[in-house]
Parts: sequence; C-alpha cells; structure tokens
Amino acid sequence: MATVTPPRQGTPAADGPRTPAPPRTQPSRLRTTLGRLDVRLSPYLYIAPFFVVFALVGLFPLVYTAFVSMHDWHLLGGQGEFVGLDNYVDVIQQPTFLVALRNTFSIFLLSSVPQVLAAIVVAAVLDANLRAKTFWRMGVLLPYVVMPVAAALIFSRLFADGAGMINTLLGGIGIEPIRWHADTLASHVAIATMVNFRWTGYNTLIFLAAMQAVPRDLYEAAVIDGANRFRQFFSVTVPMLRPTIIFVVITSTIGGLQIFDEPRMYDQYGRGGADKQWMTITLFLYDLGWGPQKSFGRAAAVAWILFLIIVLIGLVNFAITRRIASAGDIARTKKTGGVR
Amino acid sequence: MTSVPMIRQTAGLGAARAAARRRGVHGGMDRRPGWVTYLLLTVVVLASFYPIYYAFLLASSDAPTIAQNPVPSLVPGPHLFDNLGRVISSDIRFWESVLNSLIVAVLTSVSVVFFSTLAGFSFAKLRFRGRRKLLVFIIATMAVPSQLGVVPLFIVMRELGWTGKLVAVIVPAMVTAFGVFWMTQYLDAALPFELIEAARVDGCSMIRTFWNVAMPAARPAAAMLALFTFVASWTNFFWPFIVLGSGNPTLPVALQLLQASYFKDYSLIMAGVVIATLPLVLLFVVAGRQLVSGIMQGAVKG
Repeated sequence: MATVTPPRQGTPAADGPRTPAPPRTQPSRLRTTLGRLDVRLSPYLYIAPFFVVFALVGLFPLVYTAFVSMHDWHLLGGQGEFVGLDNYVDVIQQPTFLVALRNTFSIFLLSSVPQVLAAIVVAAVLDANLRAKTFWRMGVLLPYVVMPVAAALIFSRLFADGAGMINTLLGGIGIEPIRWHADTLASHVAIATMVNFRWTGYNTLIFLAAMQAVPRDLYEAAVIDGANRFRQFFSVTVPMLRPTIIFVVITSTIGGLQIFDEPRMYDQYGRGGADKQWMTITLFLYDLGWGPQKSFGRAAAVAWILFLIIVLIGLVNFAITRRIASAGDIARTKKTGGVR
Repeated sequence: MTSVPMIRQTAGLGAARAAARRRGVHGGMDRRPGWVTYLLLTVVVLASFYPIYYAFLLASSDAPTIAQNPVPSLVPGPHLFDNLGRVISSDIRFWESVLNSLIVAVLTSVSVVFFSTLAGFSFAKLRFRGRRKLLVFIIATMAVPSQLGVVPLFIVMRELGWTGKLVAVIVPAMVTAFGVFWMTQYLDAALPFELIEAARVDGCSMIRTFWNVAMPAARPAAAMLALFTFVASWTNFFWPFIVLGSGNPTLPVALQLLQASYFKDYSLIMAGVVIATLPLVLLFVVAGRQLVSGIMQGAVKG
C-alpha cells in the first residue's frame, strides 16, 4: 500500500471518494447505484442483528411482562381477564415475598461485600513482580469455569448440616456444628460462599488490570513522601481504583439480585428450604410461574418489582459511590493542603 | 533522596542501573516479592482448587467411605469409573445432554462472534447517522436484567413451538451487547482505515471488505469472545432449565435431574459434577491464559 494520504475519520467509502480514483473504466450506472446503496445500508444492516435479538429477548419481554402482570394468566390456560394491579397487591401481601426479598438482599450483601474486598486484596498481592505470573493468575481464575450448578452441588455437600466437611473441621477447633441448611443466616453464608468462590478470582483480575494502569510515578511520589506499602495502598491504589470498584459493584448488583442457580440447587427440592430460609426473588418468581400456582400474572408482577428494585439500587449505588468519591477527593485535597 | 534519572545524568548509565536495582525502579514496585506473598497466593489458589478436587475425591469414592469420612482422604478412591458409568446409565439422558450442551455452546459462540464482529466493524469503521447514539444504547442494554423477561419470553417460545427445543436457547443468545462492544473497541484500534480503503479501491463490496479484511484482523479478539461465550453458554442454567426442561436437557439441567432423583448418592452426583466440569477445566488448561488476558483487557461479566 503506497497511499500517502493521511488517514481520515470515516472511511473514504462513506464520504464518497473526494479525490477521484485513478482513471479506470467508467463503472456502469447500475453498479454505481448498487455501490452507493451498499455504502448507505450496510452499516445499518450489520448492526441490525443485535437490535432484532434485543427486541426479542430484552425490550419486548420487559414491556410484555408489564402487560402479563396486569392479567390473570395461567401457565397452561394463557391470558385471562384484566385485573389491574391485583397481582402486585397479591404478591406483595404474600409473606413469602418479603422473606424472599430479605434473603436476596442478605445473600447479595454476603456475597458482594466480602467478594469485592477480597478481590482488591488478592489483586494487590498479585500486583507485584511475581515469578510464574500467569500461573497465579490462572489459579485464581480457575473457579470461573465451574458452572454454578456444579458449585452449588459441591458446596451443599461441604456445608452439610450433620457431618459435613466444614462442620467436622469446625468441630476440630471446638465449634459446635452449624446448621448450614436449617438456619437462615447460615444458609445465606453457604450460598454466598458459592458465589464468592466463582467470582472472586474474576473480579481480582479486573482489579489487577486497573491497578497496573495506575501511573507508577504516583507510587514514586508517595515513596518520596515517605508512604509505606499500606499507606500507598490506601492513598494511591484504592482511590485510583474507584471507577473499577463502581463498575464491579454495579455488575454484581445486577447479577446478585437475580441469583437463582445456587439457591435452586442448595437442596434437592429447590423451593428455598423448608421454611423458605433461602428462597430468593427469582426462585419465588419461578415458583409462582412454574410451581403449583402456575400463575404467570403473579410471576410477571414479581419480575417487574425486581426490575424496579434493581434500577433503584443501581441509582443508589451510583449516588453513594459518587458521594464517597467526591468526599475522598475533598479529604485528600484538605490533607495535601495541610501538609503544604 | 536522589532519583534514579538524576543518578543517570550525574554518574552515568551504569550507576543508574545499579541504583535502580538496589532500590527497585518504581518505588520498590518491581522488586521480587518475598515468601509471604507466595504463601498468601498459594492459600488463595488452593481455595479455588480444592472444591473441584473435593468433587473428584467424592466421585472416586463410594457411599460407605463417604459416610465414614466427612473430610475425604486426599488420595482418590478406586471407584471413579464405576460412578461415571452409573451417571451415564442413569435416566438423565446423559449423552443427549452432553451433545445438547456442545451444540448450544458451539453455535452460540460462532454466532456471537460473527454478528458481534459484523456490528463491531460497522461501529468502529463505517460512518453512518446515529452511530454514537446507537452504540451508547447497546452499551446501556447491558444493564437490563434479562432474566426478568422469562415469563413473556417463555410465552413467545411456546407460541413459536420452540419450548423443549435447543433453538429456544440458541436464538436469544445469538448476539450480545458485550460482544458488540468488545469487537467495536478492538477493531477501532486494530484495523487501520488504509486497509479498508485499499480493499474498497480494489472493488470489494462492503461485505467482502468485512470478510476479507475485518474478519482476519479481528481474529485475536474474536477468539477471546468465543471462549467467554462458550463458558457462559456451558454454565448457563436458568433459561435452559425453564424452556428445555427434563425432556431435552443441557448438562446443567441434567445435573439438576441427577440431584433430584439420587440426592443421597453423593458419589454419583459428584461423578456428574466431574463430568460436567471436566471439559471446561481442560479448556481452561489450554486457553486459560487467553481468558486471563481477556478479562484484564476489559471483559465484563457475560
């Protein structure tokens, strides 16, 4: 390629060739029209598949869920009569709904908070000039390829109520057996452990990438100011990771509040435990729609409620992280101001 | 404290190198870490490895041994192949589920890579009205919790007569917002305009330009995208569980059936877990490096 012209923003094809191409045979009129159509339409044609699929599995279901949620709608019988907000009222009044809401949040907090903290710490440990770098990184990521269903089966055995491995080990250091399935909080811890098992390493690598992007002269400056490793971590690394933390928190919120696989597989019945101790919202949704009630109307109502909750949490998340962010900024400027 | 660059200026390159070695060039960041670091990492890696090994230990054991030893011996037992055989001959349609998982994972990976690269090529290299806004829209859809649309999606699939058929799992996963975003970013940086220009001058149509120029240039990113899609598809449970059911299961659904019917038989269930996990662990051994760098280059949860 001996083109000397500097690269332009768009393709020349899209702008139409400004400088006439080297003299060649005049193309036929039809070909020119076709060529122009090709240039005009192709970009849209190429991105169309996404929008078709999104319309089918994203947008339409979301809207249609609202429609279904306002009808009597049986799994087999199909659309019944319009009932307005009855399904919502009905669902919210079911005690199981509140229990499911509580469980979902409890499991979510138990999985996201320790997970983000652990991921940051492990990433900080990995962010060194290690020997066999790739080995350690791969080792941390390994659980990512274990399907949640399999992880749930493994951990439900590890966390068996009677003589499970965890209880036996705890017994070794003098702790009474914990009823990992029967007790509400204990079951949440067990389920959160499955989630943490699978995702901590993944998030570690995201944080590690962010840490390696921190300009090294910031650390140099910190060292010159006499900061030790811990001070460097809290005053340089963590503030620089802020956007990544926000990103990880938001993605884990979206995923965490929809948790289904792990609680579904925590026992063989899959109905959230005898007393609904680990019934989550999505499990509740499934149970309403495909369980004994077979009420798509109510299941759809739950879906919309959960959607609103996720949006709300997303906004709160965003507001909090932003506030923390700006508070951090102010604190730091004050501090540096004081030093000077 | 004299900085290394200053030493380089005043005392020459050799002295600077020595100083850098002594101090670690960037405030101690490039020094080899001590054994505590390796100890910590060993603990973390063992924690991620042990549960998988635990499944393997139970799968190679038998019921009395499992009942007697809550903490299994670290040496595998002799019953692995018995238990695997029992999984295969149990009534969970084992081979069918493996085949189904494979078909779904391969087809979605191919489809996601193709359509995402196509869209990425368009977004990164072609000029059209509304380009920016559409791209932002696609990125925003990643925040839509898609699991919540299951009820109407199920209704649609039933109208189409697709319930219980693999197509119901494949079609919704044919192209993802993440894939489009990923390929757009990659092609934006990796595909020079001059190459497209050259192809166009040579008389290539748009689609030929895509196929002959963009596709080859996209190969490294496409391989990573394929890997991530494959893993996501292989491990996916919720939607296949709902729309396929026990009649035509994928592997995770088959595992659920296994648990439902043999929940007391841990060596059998864990044998199922081992079979379901092994292919991806092998894939991980071969391609884990790519997964690591894929995540570190900005992959997000699928």
